[in-house]
Amino acid sequence: MLKVNNINMSYGDLQVLWDVTFEVRKGEIVVLVGANGAGKSSILKTISGLQNVSKGTITFEGENVSNINPSEIIKHGIVHVPEGRKLFNEMTVEENLIMGALHGEAKEKRNETIEECYLLFPRLEERKKQLTGTLSGGEQQMVAVARGLMSKPKILMLDEPSLGLAPVLVQDIFNIIKSINKQGITVLLVEQNVQSTLTFCDRAYVLENGKIVLEGTGQELLNNEHVKTAFLGI
Amino acid sequence: MELFLQTLIYGLLIGGLYAVIGIGMTLIMGVLGIINLAHGQIMMVGMYLAWVFWTFMGIDPYLSLFLAVPLVFLLGIFLSKYFLQPLIEKESILPENQVLMTVGIGMVLVELARFIFTSDYKSVETSYSSETIALGNISISLPMLIAFVIAIALTLGLFQLLMKTDLGRSIRATAQDKDAATLMGISSKKITILTYGIGSGLVGAAGILLLPMYYLYPDVGPIFTIKAFVITILGGLGSPIGAIAGGIVLGVAETFGATYISMGYRDAVGLVIFLLVLVFLPGGLKQVLKI
Ligand SMILES: Nc1ncnc2c1ncn2[C@@H]1O[C@H](COP(=O)(O)OP(=O)(O)OP(=O)(O)O)[C@@H](O)[C@H]1O
Ligand SMILES: [Mg+2]
Repeated sequence: MLKVNNINMSYGDLQVLWDVTFEVRKGEIVVLVGANGAGKSSILKTISGLQNVSKGTITFEGENVSNINPSEIIKHGIVHVPEGRKLFNEMTVEENLIMGALHGEAKEKRNETIEECYLLFPRLEERKKQLTGTLSGGEQQMVAVARGLMSKPKILMLDEPSLGLAPVLVQDIFNIIKSINKQGITVLLVEQNVQSTLTFCDRAYVLENGKIVLEGTGQELLNNEHVKTAFLGI
Repeated sequence: MELFLQTLIYGLLIGGLYAVIGIGMTLIMGVLGIINLAHGQIMMVGMYLAWVFWTFMGIDPYLSLFLAVPLVFLLGIFLSKYFLQPLIEKESILPENQVLMTVGIGMVLVELARFIFTSDYKSVETSYSSETIALGNISISLPMLIAFVIAIALTLGLFQLLMKTDLGRSIRATAQDKDAATLMGISSKKITILTYGIGSGLVGAAGILLLPMYYLYPDVGPIFTIKAFVITILGGLGSPIGAIAGGIVLGVAETFGATYISMGYRDAVGLVIFLLVLVFLPGGLKQVLKI
């Protein structure tokens, strides 16, 4: 479904992605893990066109989407929930959700999808008139995920959705990701909670200094010696 | 007491117009991240257009709002598309240079106006230009009152646009977080160009509303650029509601300054407030009103 082929990417003169290749198949949950600064967020930003590749291609459902204008990517069904939530903090919860559904089918089904999001996150319905800037971190994260769902994604790319959440909430968010996936949405996940994500993902890639160094199913990587020492602290 | 009330009312009325000028500036500042130093000069273009419509076609200034404002809007679109946008797209060019570009745009507009209309003072004398309405012992200038009512209608219309439509929400989203807005499929280029057009149209409309009470000459703009800037700082950068409050405060303060100190100090009052706000209330009225 999503194929990233041998891409290089640089910020100005600083190259951060080196010959990165991976794919996400329809219906999967795929995780990218790696230390801080490994380039995980950079990969998502490159897929969504916020950064341009200097080499290689990105294709989605057979179509070349490398170096696409970032405002077009959402129309292909690729939805990026960025690191740090990036909500519109001076807008209400409901307005933030609406912003996810400005185009095409997502716009037509806007009201229905809002109701679905409220079923998934009842907390947000209670707070729909509140400015997102005044929500707790966990609630903000729910808005970020819900806003992504509002765009009717074929693939949802989530950048550290558990960042800053208490352990119970982390588990909640992961459960929601699983249920989103069951509804047929493919998920590309970037996570620091390596242990728990590897237990529920289909496949994972390990990134080091901008290069993919390992890949495998979640279980394979959980048993991998390198992963154990580098990420699991065992 | 009557003088006081008279001054207050006049200040509120002019404040309504200042609010429209300030909101235009605020929108541009929010989305483009620059102060538009051509703001008053664009207003001047609107005034000349309405003057032309009046002088050569006999179209009442209030009616020519419907003709001149769309033209000023298009002028704003043109200026931002061909002069500001190319600078925004080059990452190596600092925002400061866009500000310099607006200075250049302003100067060109003034000199074009001087070339076409000469430096002579012009005015629009309508049948109601000097009419007043008496409220007890207080008299209110009719064109001032009409201008205020239209200014309120414009402001309400604009808020409706900003709060209730996808376009308006996209403008606010782009002002709040450009990258996130882009990920929502909003073309920040389109929004940037449109916002400059809307800001231009608003200030053009304010100029036309002032026309029946004001002299028109090529250099009428710069003082309004300064006022718009003062209002924006006063209101708290990037807040349309703050800009309304800022406009009204400036209008009232100026009128009191003119009445109780001296007519000549009217514009100086605004600058004094400006300095006081920068020193004592750097977040503007937005900070006090919590909006
Ligand atoms: N806008 C930028 N300009 C320059 N360098 C950047 C920029 N964004 C990221 N980098 C650099 O690129 C490298 C990869 O960053 P990236 O954000 O992709 O890491 P990450 O794997 O997401 O890390 P984290 O787990 O801390 O979020 C880092 O060395 C970072 O300093
Ligand atoms: Mg990151």
